[in-house]
Amino acid sequence: MTYHNPPTTPRKSATFDDYALSEIRRAAHTGIYDIRGGGAKRRVPHFDDLLFLGASISRYPLEGYREKCTTSVTLGTRFAKKPIELKIPITIAGMSFGALSANAKEALGRGASIAGTSTTTGDGGMTPEERGQSKTLVYQYLPSRYGMNPDDLRKADAIEVVVGQGAKPGGGGMLLGQKISDRVAEMRNLPKGIDQRSACRHPDWTGPDDLEIKIQEIREITDWEKPIYVKIGGTRPYYDAALAVKAGADVIVLDGMQGGTAATQEVFIEHVGLPTLACIRPAVQALQDLGMHRKVQLIVSGGIRNGADVAKALALGADAVAIGIAALAALGDNDPAHEADYQALGTTAGAYDDWHEGKDPVGITTQDPELMSRLDPVRGGRRLANYLKVMALEVQTIARACGHNHIHNLEPEDLVALTVESAAMARVPLAGTSWIPGQGQGGF
Amino acid sequence: MNDGETLMRKVDLSVTPLRDLNQDLHRQSSGANEKNWEVLNPMGFHAIAVGVDAPIEIDIRGSVGYYCAGMNKQATITVHGSAGPGVAENMMSGKVRITGDASQYAGATGRGGLLVIDGNAASRCGVSMKGIDIVVKGNIGHMSAFMAQSGHLVVLGDAGDALGDSIYEAKLFVRGSVKSLGADCIEKEMRPEHHDELGKLLETAGVSDVKTSEFKRYGSARKLYSFNIDNADAY
Ligand SMILES: Cc1cc2nc3c(=O)[nH]c(=O)nc-3n(C[C@H](O)[C@H](O)[C@H](O)COP(=O)(O)O)c2cc1C
Repeated sequence: MTYHNPPTTPRKSATFDDYALSEIRRAAHTGIYDIRGGGAKRRVPHFDDLLFLGASISRYPLEGYREKCTTSVTLGTRFAKKPIELKIPITIAGMSFGALSANAKEALGRGASIAGTSTTTGDGGMTPEERGQSKTLVYQYLPSRYGMNPDDLRKADAIEVVVGQGAKPGGGGMLLGQKISDRVAEMRNLPKGIDQRSACRHPDWTGPDDLEIKIQEIREITDWEKPIYVKIGGTRPYYDAALAVKAGADVIVLDGMQGGTAATQEVFIEHVGLPTLACIRPAVQALQDLGMHRKVQLIVSGGIRNGADVAKALALGADAVAIGIAALAALGDNDPAHEADYQALGTTAGAYDDWHEGKDPVGITTQDPELMSRLDPVRGGRRLANYLKVMALEVQTIARACGHNHIHNLEPEDLVALTVESAAMARVPLAGTSWIPGQGQGGF
Repeated sequence: MNDGETLMRKVDLSVTPLRDLNQDLHRQSSGANEKNWEVLNPMGFHAIAVGVDAPIEIDIRGSVGYYCAGMNKQATITVHGSAGPGVAENMMSGKVRITGDASQYAGATGRGGLLVIDGNAASRCGVSMKGIDIVVKGNIGHMSAFMAQSGHLVVLGDAGDALGDSIYEAKLFVRGSVKSLGADCIEKEMRPEHHDELGKLLETAGVSDVKTSEFKRYGSARKLYSFNIDNADAY
């Protein structure tokens, strides 16, 4: 006679879940860390955890489609002779030529220009396609200095000194050999086909005092005409914002951990930096403490998807936002229409993030001429413009509902939080209470 | 004034704001007749003569702060004194000479032109250089030519620690001792073409009293060009 144990349901570990185990197997097999594009995929407190209150007896709303609600924003009013005027408070973030195809860069420029906003170069320099199609172009000044030259500096409408990025604060760039075409190699002055590392630190300055002198040099080269932005990854937002102000920035770009990257170690993307939501109030506080809020403008990025996210970022004190991944999605990235192609790459639409391999079936994150030709820059630009306009309309809808005739009048008092964590980070009350956790503790 | 004779512009930085000097220099074009400039009392100011793009000559009488001659194109700029960090950073073309010493990051990310330092250069000389030629008559500090991509770095004296760390295709020639080589940087054979190359560089830098046979050549072993886990210890 055999004795049977009563069957128990097979149980997987919450700690050693399928993903963790597959990552162990992958590491054991390849001997190299996982590299991918995109931003943090884990759930962290985010704008979804906030709600607007809308108007009530104490506040009256504005009529949609009738009463004016302005969306324009001016950036770089502190020192620059020629500040940037945008029709909408949503800009296109810096994404490198090299990581992105020339067609994708052109599409971003076209879309931004139709919608009345700016786009930004990236690691790898300025391409004529991008300059030509972008009414307002921000030129990044990065540690690698790939493609950096005074002529492009003068062609730019603003200059963004990149200190860090939310996906990898403290990390440099990576462009693997597969994507180093002749053109990319030439712009970066490196041999074709080798893995390129972009430095994590600027080669000729360290620390806030040097940064101030570096900014002075760039202003001298460009005759004090152009706004100088300083981009930081979200780590110590209070102190970094204060130091950027001290160093002479006109605009601060603050990028949280959900922010995208073209290629970085997974461990970096998921485990270094602060959620976007946790960055905004400390940075705004720094600006307020220095009497610089709205004088030095704040652009927030990292996980912005729709008009509600934009409105919440503005209500917390940002002047504008920037989008990366969302802009690529508007061009067609990860569209289920290409599911068969994604399956062939061993993934599925919505999860494709091996952007560093250069095999993007949509033609965005590739240098392969055949794949790249699949992206029509004119059509892509149109789609991006549509998306940007929808977001602007959504922000207006919310702002009017809260009774504001300019989107910059949105304020923290318009918001409540759904969770204790988000209430603490956004410094707004937990819904249905007057409790703002963490207030009175001070410190960052 | 005779044909062909050019005007000499004197700018005294104890009187004229730096911003005015740089803007005046930016107004010079290839056809400009103010070909000779003399800058007095630089007093260690930062960003003197940056972003110049004209075949003019600028003599700076005294020592300068950070980023002097930054992004220079075409101009011949001489600092009669010493230079602070980042002299001739990202230079595109032209010639910059420092009669004294240069601080850190001299010629950083430079893309073209010639930088001559009569004295010593501190650490990170030629960091991330992308085509510039640098000739240092004295010694250079540690981590020089870090991630150097292309161009030449010639040192008549000694080099400090970790020379050429993570170097790409730049060529390094050192006459004196090298304290240590950085990751992926190795000594390479001096072939006839290297003697030619070096000879020409020395000549344009105005160095006539040394022989190319006194130099050793260093460059990339090209082992770290593609990531390989077995090389992880090298980083
Ligand atoms: C494909 C790609 C390439 C990027 N390249 C750069 C770059 O060259 N320089 C930079 O500062 N940030 C770069 N970023 C980061 C963006 O500028 C921005 O900070 C980020 O995408 C914003 O977050 P979001 O993607 O969630 O909107 C890149 C992002 C992506 C998705």
